[in-house]
Amino acid sequence: MSASAPATTGRGAPGLSPQEPAVVHSDVECGRRRRVRLTLVALAALTVAAVLAFGFIDLKGSWEYALGLRARQVAALLVVGVAVGASSVVFQTIAGSRILTPGVMGFDSLYLLVQTVVVYVFGTATFLSLGAQNRFLVNLVLLTMFGLLLFRWLFRRSSRNLFVLVLIGVVCGSLFAALTSFASRLLSPNDYLTLQDVAFASFTTVDADLLGVTAVITAAACLGFVPLLRRLDIVDLGHDTATGLGVGYHRVVLTSLVLVTVLVASSTALVGPMTFLGLIVANLARQLLPTHRHAVLVPAAALVGAICTVLGQTVVVHVFALTTTLSVVVNLVGGLYFLYLLMRTARL
Amino acid sequence: MITLDGITKRYDDVTVLDDVCLTVPDGKLTALVGPNGAGKSTLLSIASRLLPTDAGTVHLDGMDVLTARDTEVAQRLAVLRQDNRVAARLSVVDLVRFGRFPYCRGRLRAEDHAAVAEALAYMELDDLRDRYLDQLSGGQRQRAFIAMVLAQDTDHVLLDEPLNNLDMRHAVQMMRRLRDLVTTRGKTVVVVLHDINFAAAHADHVVAMRDGRVVAAGTPQQIVCTDVLQAVYDLTVPVHHVEDQPVAVYFS
Repeated sequence: MSASAPATTGRGAPGLSPQEPAVVHSDVECGRRRRVRLTLVALAALTVAAVLAFGFIDLKGSWEYALGLRARQVAALLVVGVAVGASSVVFQTIAGSRILTPGVMGFDSLYLLVQTVVVYVFGTATFLSLGAQNRFLVNLVLLTMFGLLLFRWLFRRSSRNLFVLVLIGVVCGSLFAALTSFASRLLSPNDYLTLQDVAFASFTTVDADLLGVTAVITAAACLGFVPLLRRLDIVDLGHDTATGLGVGYHRVVLTSLVLVTVLVASSTALVGPMTFLGLIVANLARQLLPTHRHAVLVPAAALVGAICTVLGQTVVVHVFALTTTLSVVVNLVGGLYFLYLLMRTARL
Repeated sequence: MITLDGITKRYDDVTVLDDVCLTVPDGKLTALVGPNGAGKSTLLSIASRLLPTDAGTVHLDGMDVLTARDTEVAQRLAVLRQDNRVAARLSVVDLVRFGRFPYCRGRLRAEDHAAVAEALAYMELDDLRDRYLDQLSGGQRQRAFIAMVLAQDTDHVLLDEPLNNLDMRHAVQMMRRLRDLVTTRGKTVVVVLHDINFAAAHADHVVAMRDGRVVAAGTPQQIVCTDVLQAVYDLTVPVHHVEDQPVAVYFS
């Protein structure tokens, strides 16, 4: 799909325009498009560099073993970065705000709640005997289901007031956290330990089979965005303008929401929650690229996501020597950034 | 011809529109006037399927607007609300290109580019074509959105308060352009207007609403007179005639 149209667009219509040499794309526009292309190439190059850095810095001992392990980790980082990046940009568009991402709307607290309830209901023995793959599937299905319910309900409250939505997101987050903490009190110490294991994002131990499944789901969901990209450009203008232009607004929003939920659910089920990653990645991509076109923004956010996770983990491993985790770093930086965005929007 | 029949809209217990029946004549500039809360904008939104109605039907030359396919409606009826959301990093020309979406689904052909260029020229936006919308003044942005609607090239154009935020000069220019669309291109234009005198000066047909009902409809001469204005606005307004045009003097 060639998203960026060259100077003479239009299939088989060269004979149609002898009237006047109308400027189809001005110099300014061509310049912008060139800059966008260059930035995309630079991002792709940076992604490759980050992957190489992660793979080869400080490589000691058995190369075969170490590289195999790192390859698995870097693949997990890439999958999560891509899934979170792409889904967050699309979520921002359908929510009509740069501040709202699935993480901000309480999705991660929902993940913890689902985990806790699953451990509570099944108990550690059953939970562990389910096997990693079944656990993953249970997680994925539950998260997708409840995530979709949550987001649908949020968007149904037709008030598109940003601060009301943020407030609802925060309240939902706290509610889920409170329920989680309540449910975890009912757990036996053994179950509680099991829960602690799954409750934090971890890239160091990733099951190869789960990684494969998540990669396939992520790729499929990202492909699902492709036919929506042009309509998302228009959905960005809001319900009324989009409807006026004949875009089936609600259908686009619902389809996007399903894809977003699947993406976030699968990546969260794989490595655990990273609340503010999407917020940083999506806004960074929008700042770097001077365009409204989702055919550019979505892949760009995917690349930025991959760069953030891979580089971030490289720093965590080699600079902090694993004394901290990527999710802690991401949440610290992202949390501050979220505050900054809120303050700027509210002009406090 | 747009025909509204039995349009009713309620929010909880408040009836915003009460069984409104209205026919918008083709090839004319129709102005919807009335006090705040009369239901003008709601009616326009329902007529352009932006808002679901609780009862009633909207037909455009036999096409049921509320059930027809999105694209089909968008090729025949364009609508613009006030306070449009502005996407970041969206240039004027890209916005106007959106107007071609009903025809080309975002892949512009030569004729689409021609329509975009024409709409830009018509709204005198050539100098601003590459500016981002958030760098424009309110009036310029308004013109950009109107250009988008023109690029959509529909026979019917519905505009909700297009004079909002425009100063005297730009307001008059806007009304002249709309007038020109009707006279030279035979389009049907419906506008919600706040200032009754703009309706009197530019419209062919004036529809006055109050409390969710159409209370009067007719030529500017028939509507802009003391009796009708009294009934619509609950205000005694002297009407003078200046160069054959009724002018309501409602300031004192």
